[in-house]
Amino acid sequence: MIYHELVIVGGGLAGLRAAIEAKKQGIDVAIVSQVWPGRSHSGAAQGGVNAALANHPESADDTWEKHAFDTVKGSDYLADQDAVVQMTKDAIPVIYELDHAGCPFSRFDDGRIAQRPFGGAGYPRTCYGADKTGHYMLHTMVEQAIEARVPMYVEWFVARLVVDDGVCRGVVAYDMVRGGFELFQAEAVVIATGGAGRVYSNSTNAIISTGYGMAMAYHAGVALKDLEFVQFHPTGLLTTNILMTEGARGEGGYLVNDLGERFMEKYAPTAMELAPRDITSRSIQTEINEGRGIGGKGYVHLDLRHLGAQKILEKLPGIRDLAIHFEGVDPIEEPIPIVPSQHYSMGGIDTDMDGRTTMPGLYAAGECACVSVHGANRLGGNSLLETVVFGRRAGAAAAQYIDGLDEFGRSAAVGEEALADVRDRVRSLANREGGEDPYAIRAAMASTMKEHFGVFREASVMQAGLETMMDLKARVTNVELRHAGGVFNLDMIRTFELEGMVDVALGIAAGALARTESRGSHARTDFPERDDANWLEHTLALYEPDGGPRLEAKAVGLGMFEPQERKY
Amino acid sequence: MPEATFRIKRHNPEKLDDQNGTGGDRYDEFTVPYESSLTVLEGLFYIQEALDGSLSFRYCCRAAVCGSCAMYINGTYRLACQTNVRHLGDGPITVEPMPHMPVVKDLVCDMTDFFAKYETVMPHIIRNSAPPEKEIMQSPNDRKKLDMPVDCILCGSCYSSCPSVWGEGNYLGPAALLKAYRFEVDSRDEARKERLPRFDNERGSYRCHTITNCVEACPKELNPTEAIQWLKGAAVRRRLLGRAK
Ligand SMILES: Cc1cc2nc3c(=O)[nH]c(=O)nc-3n(C[C@H](O)[C@H](O)[C@H](O)COP(=O)(O)OP(=O)(O)OC[C@H]3O[C@@H](n4cnc5c(N)ncnc54)[C@H](O)[C@@H]3O)c2cc1C
Repeated sequence: MIYHELVIVGGGLAGLRAAIEAKKQGIDVAIVSQVWPGRSHSGAAQGGVNAALANHPESADDTWEKHAFDTVKGSDYLADQDAVVQMTKDAIPVIYELDHAGCPFSRFDDGRIAQRPFGGAGYPRTCYGADKTGHYMLHTMVEQAIEARVPMYVEWFVARLVVDDGVCRGVVAYDMVRGGFELFQAEAVVIATGGAGRVYSNSTNAIISTGYGMAMAYHAGVALKDLEFVQFHPTGLLTTNILMTEGARGEGGYLVNDLGERFMEKYAPTAMELAPRDITSRSIQTEINEGRGIGGKGYVHLDLRHLGAQKILEKLPGIRDLAIHFEGVDPIEEPIPIVPSQHYSMGGIDTDMDGRTTMPGLYAAGECACVSVHGANRLGGNSLLETVVFGRRAGAAAAQYIDGLDEFGRSAAVGEEALADVRDRVRSLANREGGEDPYAIRAAMASTMKEHFGVFREASVMQAGLETMMDLKARVTNVELRHAGGVFNLDMIRTFELEGMVDVALGIAAGALARTESRGSHARTDFPERDDANWLEHTLALYEPDGGPRLEAKAVGLGMFEPQERKY
Repeated sequence: MPEATFRIKRHNPEKLDDQNGTGGDRYDEFTVPYESSLTVLEGLFYIQEALDGSLSFRYCCRAAVCGSCAMYINGTYRLACQTNVRHLGDGPITVEPMPHMPVVKDLVCDMTDFFAKYETVMPHIIRNSAPPEKEIMQSPNDRKKLDMPVDCILCGSCYSSCPSVWGEGNYLGPAALLKAYRFEVDSRDEARKERLPRFDNERGSYRCHTITNCVEACPKELNPTEAIQWLKGAAVRRRLLGRAK
């Protein structure tokens, strides 16, 4: 048994920032992560991170209030405004803190941090490091964690939470390199496991972005919030869905259909290519559906050629490399074929502004959490921001909670049952015979989600999708593990992941079918209008072992900004 | 449908007592069908899912930025996710873990020493003055000096390829030294003598004999050798000429 006062599950930006904060407050904290923290998916972020620094010549009068307004409007008024205010205020010191920690942001001539325009933002306020902002931020945060001497359990896959008398008291994890399961006892746990993109077959996300951390909380009885809001990024590469950052349009890139038209003119005449992602993805999908995809096929072009080689090499070198390696297209010479692709989970573990869940001792931060600052549609550049702002707050809140506990320390009675339960689960998976192939179910799930719960949604299509998902869930209980135990057992990890993914996917499906309106990323052809009278509320999904979730409503925190129609 | 043949080096630590006592080391061949394009990583997943669930390898972003899937593919260091089988010519594709490193299982090598060495160079900014209220100013020219080293994804290819590492187990190796360089050239870093002794010694920069395997191995096309030569020069300037950084 391993003991730390605080265990952080996940070593991405949110987990690292939480750990550093708790450590600063004198807490014995450790990170447990499936991959070396510097390999987390945060490192794939490209375009940048928002803060109203007012460094850009065109943003001299930018303020956090304007950032807050853009965020709330972008969210289609589903974000909680107190949380948005907190995030947009904190954004400014947080970016300076990253700079002081050595984050290699790009610079303006005067030496200040460079900023670029991004979708849905009234001012150029996205701070960036070329088109590798996530990689730079993540490595900086790893460096800070190393300097702070945060212990890291690297390549440990967390399988479940330990809950004792309704209080979260640790986790059970698989030691991938040495083999075997181990109990981690703790006074509190922060889940920072990232998004659930891989429940879709057309995701920009890393292969490990399975939403398993969300499922762990869900299975332990904590609600998942607003799962139906799934962001489709307008520009994923056609064949791999690898992301081409919004920064490419921020730097002036065009979206072009088969007729050579910059079609965004029809949908967002003012913002054009820099409309928010929900609107831009729908516009592209409409062009494709109406036969104006390139050659009548299912994609359009992202054209950067007019930016010129120098600007592309300086500002978008990563994009260029990705397009060359993964699509065989050099953006200096040719337009890039792109499709809307699953990109971000607006929903997640229901938390307050300090990462608290409804379970004492359990916190969550980053993409796996839903505070909510993104509501029905996240603005580009607000997610990296969320990880550091709310990672810090969750780390501080967990530290404070631990400081306030009367009783402390290792306890012989806690967690042994959970450990035995996981070992039993593996044994029974391995002992099943002639069972289901987990990868066939995974593939069926991911394509069902893509086909039935995509950019546009409609009741009968979703109903059919939900039924398929229910079948798949039933099949998961018959999955057979071909290969149990040992070290670096991918078969076991991926089967565990599947059990979580199916439930998260069902939560998305059930929430989407229930919400009879269109808001942000949730666009229903049968209910095309936003319906504030009935639906200006969050969805909570509560886990039911058999079948789909139980859904409840939760009030939205309104405040500074009255809901209005969104026009761009 | 085209097919690719994968020849994969296997190692299972739980079978150290098999016939030859090598951990069951052998090459297994698999046939992987594909439609129009297939990366080596996709091929490995196909094998793990459909043919042999016991195969082990590292993966994460599948977009060449996390550094997980560096392997030795047809005798060359490559990121499996970034390598399309169409570019590997005809014949079987031989996939091995990065050589000269201990193996955990199959294509997963043990990175413990690699990361321990990375940590010894103080891979973080060192500031001795109070932080300004806003950002620390940095000119675009000074920022440009960081372009090369900050692109390192710590995949380990350079480290595995370096004969000086093979010969001297204590040598920090190209990746750790590139990280030291990344901070030493950062105009915001105020290290005086803190980091210098970490790399300016016989297990540090002087152990580099400019063989440049690292430059060839780097999937990000970085140049650790040049960075290490800069570190040697910087140490001389600081130690002998008493210059500030
Ligand atoms: C391609 C791409 C580009 C993006 N670009 C931008 C951008 O420009 N600006 C922006 O604001 N946002 C961007 N985003 C979104 C943003 O990068 C992510 O939302 C954010 O980085 C998530 O960080 P995180 O810390 O929550 O999770 P992650 O960085 O995904 O980290 C999750 C961590 O959890 C660990 N983990 C997961 N499950 C387990 C388990 N069961 N056991 C142990 N460990 C586990 C993993 O090992 C990992 O360390 C982008 C996203 C993508 C996909």
